[in-house]
Amino acid sequence: MSELNYGLSELALEIRAMVREFAESRVKPVRAELDETGHFPTEILRELGKMDLMGLYIPAEYGGTFEGDSMPNLIAVEELSRICIGVSVSFAANGLGADPILIGASDEQKKKFLPPLASGEKWAAYALTEPNAGSDAGSIRTTAVKKGDKYVLNGTKQWITNGGEADIYTVFAVTDKNRGARGVSCFIVEKGTPGFKFGKKENKLGIRASATRELIFEDCEVPAANLIGREGTGFIWAMKTFDVSRPGIAAQAVGLAQGALDEAVLYAKVREQFGKPIIANQGLSWMLADMATKVETARALTYATVQSIDRGAKDYSKFSAMCKVYASDVAMQVTTDAVQVFGGYGYMKEYPVEKMMRDAKILQIYEGTNQIQRDIIGLALNKEYGAVAKK
Amino acid sequence: MHIVVCVKQVPNTTQVRINPETNTLVRDGVESILNPFDENALEMALQLKEKHPGTKVTVLTMGPPQAAEVLKEAVGRGADAVVLLCDRAFAGSDTWATSYALSTAIRKMEPADLVLFGKQAIDGDTAQVGPGVADWLGIPCVAYARKIEVADGKAVVERNFEDGYEKLDVALPCALTVLKEANVPRMASLRGKMAAKKLVIAPMTAEAVGADPAKLGLNASPTRVVKIFSPPPKTGGVKWQGEEPAVLAQRLADLLRERKLI
Repeated sequence: MSELNYGLSELALEIRAMVREFAESRVKPVRAELDETGHFPTEILRELGKMDLMGLYIPAEYGGTFEGDSMPNLIAVEELSRICIGVSVSFAANGLGADPILIGASDEQKKKFLPPLASGEKWAAYALTEPNAGSDAGSIRTTAVKKGDKYVLNGTKQWITNGGEADIYTVFAVTDKNRGARGVSCFIVEKGTPGFKFGKKENKLGIRASATRELIFEDCEVPAANLIGREGTGFIWAMKTFDVSRPGIAAQAVGLAQGALDEAVLYAKVREQFGKPIIANQGLSWMLADMATKVETARALTYATVQSIDRGAKDYSKFSAMCKVYASDVAMQVTTDAVQVFGGYGYMKEYPVEKMMRDAKILQIYEGTNQIQRDIIGLALNKEYGAVAKK
Repeated sequence: MHIVVCVKQVPNTTQVRINPETNTLVRDGVESILNPFDENALEMALQLKEKHPGTKVTVLTMGPPQAAEVLKEAVGRGADAVVLLCDRAFAGSDTWATSYALSTAIRKMEPADLVLFGKQAIDGDTAQVGPGVADWLGIPCVAYARKIEVADGKAVVERNFEDGYEKLDVALPCALTVLKEANVPRMASLRGKMAAKKLVIAPMTAEAVGADPAKLGLNASPTRVVKIFSPPPKTGGVKWQGEEPAVLAQRLADLLRERKLI
């Protein structure tokens, strides 16, 4: 198939071939079953770990293979997403959970917690959201009170991806309730810590293979050595994490939309009505053309954002938000259109596109709703053009 | 423990046709792959290595220089060492001469506790080389193995039949030919692939392994290929359709009764 030359490194191309083959041979045969049962893809993640694919974003000194090129990890997410984003989010949530450590932790903390994540021996999760703190993440109520060389955590986290399955959690809690967002700190909490429990697993519309659970902290004592950075820096780690993780959601969206496009075109070529394949109808082929154009545009913006970050861009929140919002809207549109191309068959569970459509919706919601993304873009515009206006 | 896995590079037979005039395989433009059953043999070795730390897995193949590709694939998956038997003297060897050649290479290595083969190669389909090598080496061979456990210097092996399986105690060293049912072969790891890319595989000649030239190649091969042909497709029995299910069911019941099957 023809493709644009994005100047991908040899490693990125190798990863693309590896993960594409893996997703086709290991994920595709079980994705419908995982969706139906909601079983966590434990075996799939274990195998990805054995293939050295869980540490693509972790530097070599901490056991991974990252050497300044973020594309291999991004493309691994994209290729898994092409087949199943329930699986790809379980894979990518490790990176999200590890990002506050990568961004804000001390060398000692990195040496302790990153190598088992890089090898895939342990899994990570990111715990910010609470029942009353979604988009307004600064209003979290989970508290951490210092007691000697420990912090005592109390509160509940909600909808935590990989909750219950992960071993290492980056948890955001309030250490100074008088300082608002500047009173938030980030802690590394290990599964099995007394007072750290899991709530029920959520029953979801899509990404049903992924595990989404409550985390419950009841007088949970965490070593003070597990505080990332200083007290009050947590919200900074949380936001910086999103700036680098949002292109990952965009990669999920690009992969998912590509998967739906693949299915739709192949179907349109073999489905015959009125004595000819339905792709021969201009109305339908134009629909496919628009789908393909949107997918490639979303991919180009996503890759450009990540490559720009790799080249040392300082101010990229706006672009991270743009690729997240654009690609996820594209994924919703393209998967919906794919169901339309399949007609009645598309609505049936025997075909993969209805799952893709259900899965797509979460991309417009998680890691900052698309309304929040537009807020970020709008604020950036206001600020940037304000600076111009002053001149 | 030292495990030797013998593998073969084969054309991807899902793409191969037979030239009806010459009765030979049309290999042009067909990709070469690691024989699928050999993947199961390699996986068995790698799983034993995980279970028994200190185990060394050596992968051996005989073939042209490009057969090094399947050895690289094996390194990508976790093989510790590879040997490429490559010499014009081996050209045209049938299963007898190939078995002999492989056995000479194995004798040159540190003593092997297990020698594993795929059940058969998907190009020749003879299933003879595994047992042949075992014979040249003078070790027992269990063909069609689906499971192995190694403990106390012996192996407990399950050998599959169409209607069941046998559980056998086998003394080491021994040879096994491995079935597809044995496992799901792993895919190569990133670090393995990187190591394989850098690997330079020096071919081993007939002289280097001390093989007797009189037992090598086409002239030493007793097999003569008379004809190669695509087997006629199975006729698939009788098929009825398009009538009421009750009518079809009655007809099926009558036929089964007539043939005294029920």
